[in-house]
Amino acid sequence: MLKKMSYSSFPEDVLEHVFSFVQSDKDRNSISLVCKSWYEIERWCRKRIFVGNCYAVSPRRVITRFPEVRSVGLKGKPHFADFNLVPEGWGGYVYPWIAEMASGYPFLEEIRLKRMVVSDESLELIPKSFKNFKVLVLSSCEGFSTQGLAAIAANCRNLRELDLRERSEVSLSALERLLGRCPNLRTLRLNRAVPLDKLANLLRQAPQLVELGTGAYSAELRTEIFSNLAGAFSGCKELKSLSGFWDVVPAYLPAVYSVCTGLTSLNLSYATIQCPDLIKLLKLCPNLQRLWVLDYIEDSGLEALAASCKDLQELRVFPSEPFGVEQNVSLTEQGLVSVSEGCPKLESVLYFCRRMSNDALVTIARNRPNMTRFRLCIIEPRTPDYLTDQPLDVGFGAIVEHCKDLRRLSLSGLLTDRVFEYIGTYAKKLEMLSVAFAGESDLGLHHVLSGCDSLRKLEIRDCPFGDKALLANAAKLETMRSLWMSSCSVSFEACKLLGQKMPRLNVEVIDESGPPDSRPENLPVEKLYIYRTVAGPRFDMPGFVWNMDEDSALRLS
Amino acid sequence: MSPENVNCLPESDVKLTLGLPGGGPISAKPAKPPAAKAQVVGWPPVRSFRKNAMKSCKYVKVAVDGAPYLRKVDLEIYSSYQELLNALEEMFSCLTIWNYLNERKIMDNVNGMEYVPTYEDKDGDWMLVGDVPWKMFVESCKRLRLMKSSEAIGLAPRTPSKNSSTS
Repeated sequence: MLKKMSYSSFPEDVLEHVFSFVQSDKDRNSISLVCKSWYEIERWCRKRIFVGNCYAVSPRRVITRFPEVRSVGLKGKPHFADFNLVPEGWGGYVYPWIAEMASGYPFLEEIRLKRMVVSDESLELIPKSFKNFKVLVLSSCEGFSTQGLAAIAANCRNLRELDLRERSEVSLSALERLLGRCPNLRTLRLNRAVPLDKLANLLRQAPQLVELGTGAYSAELRTEIFSNLAGAFSGCKELKSLSGFWDVVPAYLPAVYSVCTGLTSLNLSYATIQCPDLIKLLKLCPNLQRLWVLDYIEDSGLEALAASCKDLQELRVFPSEPFGVEQNVSLTEQGLVSVSEGCPKLESVLYFCRRMSNDALVTIARNRPNMTRFRLCIIEPRTPDYLTDQPLDVGFGAIVEHCKDLRRLSLSGLLTDRVFEYIGTYAKKLEMLSVAFAGESDLGLHHVLSGCDSLRKLEIRDCPFGDKALLANAAKLETMRSLWMSSCSVSFEACKLLGQKMPRLNVEVIDESGPPDSRPENLPVEKLYIYRTVAGPRFDMPGFVWNMDEDSALRLS
Repeated sequence: MSPENVNCLPESDVKLTLGLPGGGPISAKPAKPPAAKAQVVGWPPVRSFRKNAMKSCKYVKVAVDGAPYLRKVDLEIYSSYQELLNALEEMFSCLTIWNYLNERKIMDNVNGMEYVPTYEDKDGDWMLVGDVPWKMFVESCKRLRLMKSSEAIGLAPRTPSKNSSTS
């Protein structure tokens, strides 16, 4: 006879100890749902929190529930902000969070922000409030200057990671002082302005670096600069990741050869290096797991990659001339096919190209059923299969059918509602979908919203999707983080209806041409951003953003 | 697939035009966009940071024989030799520059001097402006020098050869 386990009699600290082995947010969330006592125990020992949408919850509420957090991750603007689709001033300010955490989390060690507006004032608060601060990562953030960074660099003695990659001005001497003060610094990404002849000195001061982003990788051809640099690199025994390589002078590339065997990550996506030099470098990196590169690599370079880097997991190929009308390099679908054949661990792809075929996509899908992230950007919108002139529905259909663990997908090319039917049918683990210039009717959107069980983020632009699918699947939106729709066919009327029916959603209409109620209600809105929240309408909406909930709608009319 | 769905927003600058007469809507290739294509906002999805990073502003020094100081121009803002030479003419308004394509010599109105545009390339050699395709020139040009015609005897051709790819 089985004795029933009484969970409440299990000592709390034992449970807490067990929970400490569970690091994933998802699992921690599951633990907290088991019962009230587990919820309590778990919340007191959660050390890391990730808030995927800074407007989904108030900082005060987070601090109240999780009092012992040491690491906070926040994301602000919608992903399409990266492509200038979100107007300036939309929001995503980190200051209120840092201000609250200053009192709530005095022992905070890490802040990781993505797509947020970070003022110098916010940065200056950090060393003042968090004595044990170690890690600051600002990814695609804006609003700060060297002044703010200087405050961090000057006062955070335990700094382990400082990512400056998107900043345009950083004083070299400030950087050198920083390196001198932070012996634990493992990650350093310089910006373009830091010249190559200074890099050797910086490296000698920080030989413990694991991740390095160089500044400009060009200098006059002088043997002493080269040997100095090569020597400095050979002293960096821990180096696993290299990036930067702005304005590359190929003759200086061999300076990094000594670290190549240890490299797992290489970002050459700003380096205008031609194929032969790329191949020479890649042949020396057998342990490479991640490669970001420009399309100068061409099909032949990708073939060489497939032969040399058998551990490759992630490949991103960026366009050297995204706005050029003609193909300037010999990069086609064939390159991607080669890599999918030769690299058994390849699971994450971002690929810009100018032509694709259903055949190639089917081949890729069959080669790599382990694909988890697949983003294809065929540069010209609505480009059909170049061999058959057919839409690429079947090709993408094969991707979702064979790659059962696919979590992220970006579509491009000529696509009908059929592709969405495939996605709704097969893409059960899909969490994020990006759609542009695709589909024919609401049916397309309906397939996705009704079929994709794991969908969290959906972003759509320039598709003929309208009210019907959205209203029919209103409840689905509460199970997702967010939905973005721009240049589609959703009417203002439908937005109001949605906002009123769904109190736990913020339905925000973005319209820079004036109040949406000054026009007929059946007209489509410019942009729409819907996200679930327990914080209610936000207080920092700029003039061109309207919230559609009951009270706001009344205020509008 | 009907490109003109009545409920659709006008598709800004990207239109699916049917290139082949008599071709069905789905199987027709989109017409090749004109060279000066208006860009769709946010497409292709390349981050501004990357766009700006790749957009190398290519400032090069411009020296004119006899002038007391040099000037700088950003080659990236021009799309052809003609544009560049026009801009240089404006910059050094007292000169006119030998235009390789039109056989037009540029006279210095004051001194009656002629100038030939030359440039230093990546290998350090001094080359005559205009031989290679424009983009290749922008790539390889390190500095410009407007050389006095008298010095350029033997270098500047008397008749320009037909080179359709120079702009």
